[in-house]
Amino acid sequence: MDGDVSTETGSRHDRSPLKHNAVSCEKVTKRFGSELILDEVSFELTKGSFTSLLGPSGCGKTTLLRIIAGLEKADSGDLIMGDPSSKNSDAKPSMAVVFQQGSLFPWKSVRRNVAFGLELAGVDRATIAERVDRTLEMVHLTGTAKKFPYQLSGGMQQRVGIARALALDPDILLMDEPFASVDAQTREELHDELLEIWERTRKSVLFVTHSIDEALVLSDEVVVMGARPGRILRRFAIDLPRPRTEESARILPSFAELHHDIRKLLVRTAVDTFNA
Amino acid sequence: MTKVADDELRTEVVKPASTARTDGRRVRSVTPLKWTVRITAVVVFFIVWQVYASGVSPLLLVPPSAILAAGGHMIASGQLGTDTLLSLEAMVTGFGLALLVSVPLGLIWARYRVVDWVIQPFVMAIFSTPLIALVPLYVLWFGFGFAAKVAIIGSFSFFPLLLNTYQGAVSVDPMYRDVARAFRATDRQTWRHVVLPSCIPYIAAGINISLGHALTGMIIAEFYTNASGLGGLVLNNADTFQTARMFVPIFVVMGLGVLLMSSTRWLKRKIAPWAER
Ligand SMILES: Nc1ncnc2c1ncn2[C@@H]1O[C@H](COP(=O)(O)OP(=O)(O)OP(=O)(O)O)[C@@H](O)[C@H]1O
Ligand SMILES: [Mg+2]
Repeated sequence: MDGDVSTETGSRHDRSPLKHNAVSCEKVTKRFGSELILDEVSFELTKGSFTSLLGPSGCGKTTLLRIIAGLEKADSGDLIMGDPSSKNSDAKPSMAVVFQQGSLFPWKSVRRNVAFGLELAGVDRATIAERVDRTLEMVHLTGTAKKFPYQLSGGMQQRVGIARALALDPDILLMDEPFASVDAQTREELHDELLEIWERTRKSVLFVTHSIDEALVLSDEVVVMGARPGRILRRFAIDLPRPRTEESARILPSFAELHHDIRKLLVRTAVDTFNA
Repeated sequence: MTKVADDELRTEVVKPASTARTDGRRVRSVTPLKWTVRITAVVVFFIVWQVYASGVSPLLLVPPSAILAAGGHMIASGQLGTDTLLSLEAMVTGFGLALLVSVPLGLIWARYRVVDWVIQPFVMAIFSTPLIALVPLYVLWFGFGFAAKVAIIGSFSFFPLLLNTYQGAVSVDPMYRDVARAFRATDRQTWRHVVLPSCIPYIAAGINISLGHALTGMIIAEFYTNASGLGGLVLNNADTFQTARMFVPIFVVMGLGVLLMSSTRWLKRKIAPWAER
């Protein structure tokens, strides 16, 4: 199952030929009670890559992301932050999480929400102000700094959520279905914005979704998971050209092909799981 | 008004956000009609009272016009003002002390498991006791004066505040806690940035309920101590069959209650606007 992966696609010329890992999971296993949720899950998040975790509901995507974020503990297996093979990067990479909708602190203004991580870290006020402004600009929210989350649309709230994570300038961005509860049109706008942000920052992103389309539009790599127990079925390298937009990605023939392949895999697995 | 009544009738702990939501919507859409109906009902009520009371013994019921006249006299003589201030003084002191103790205690209760273990049986026991049973004890301890009143009012307002604060601190949305953890907040930072702000709507609801209890405590205290203040005014005028004069302090207490509760709700909307949606 693991053999058919090829992640070096050569579609980006500016990357060093050596592949570095931002995070790697080795045989991560997790149970809730007696139920096996994650069964020896191993995968690497390549440094500077946008990787999506795709799978049916309940397959353990959120659980895996939470383990990586440090919000949950694995029962066994290893989580390796950074690249142990590269000698000069002994510092652990920093991470920030973009949560699903409704995670903004309702009692904090947009500015204070975005400043949250920086305030916790004890960054001085001038730097915070400057960083918050810059980050809000990146997500096209200049001018809403004084508003409160309840005064914003769902799409705007998610932009703030992204800004809150980006403000820390983390090495790794973990995103758990951040666009699941916005309408289709807003979601497409947010995809384009996220692509643009990614082009500018080249963060390592782990993006959880159960939408094949979303995964394909955004990612360099799609890791497909199966359910009961949660495990990795296959990894797909997505070598659609970058810079991308929602539209430019969708019209490519290879988009349709990949979509078909992933769908087939998911359907087949669902049938197998059902029969088992 | 309905909101206050609901809060009063419900159990001591109110979930602030959810009730506010439906209420707000409903109120806004029918406001003009609602107020027309309401004011008409009040006016009709007083007219009926006026007409009906004119044919009843003035010992049992007096018409609103007589109450108004009595009120005028009592204001002019300065008696009403003096007694109202006397009552308010005890009320503010008792309620203020309760607030100062109960909110920190509620937070500590939610914060430390040991405190929870210790405090639970006491709170349960005292909360299940009708506090009025303790009034003679307070008189025994504190005498018939100001101190006893403060103790009575304080203990009447204490528990709704304590329980609401505790409830607020333990029912923080787990997602907010996750955010704090994911952003590497220390325990202290989590309290400051997440738990305390989450408590605000709960504490506001606690204040609202407690003020009602404090008013009850105030009147009871004045009945059982040296019969002073507004409660004393009710009692003394009832004893001397001056029914019209008896009604005046009752209306003052009523007005105080409405004023206090609507101002706390206004305050809550100001400091915790997010909890209204
Ligand atoms: N705290 C928990 N306690 C017990 N079971 C849990 C807990 N969290 C998740 N689970 C179970 O673990 C399984 C995987 O959950 P998880 O949320 O990781 O799935 P998911 O892939 O993110 O699904 P979705 O696409 O619906 O978000 C589910 O069966 C869920 O019921
Ligand atoms: Mg999930």
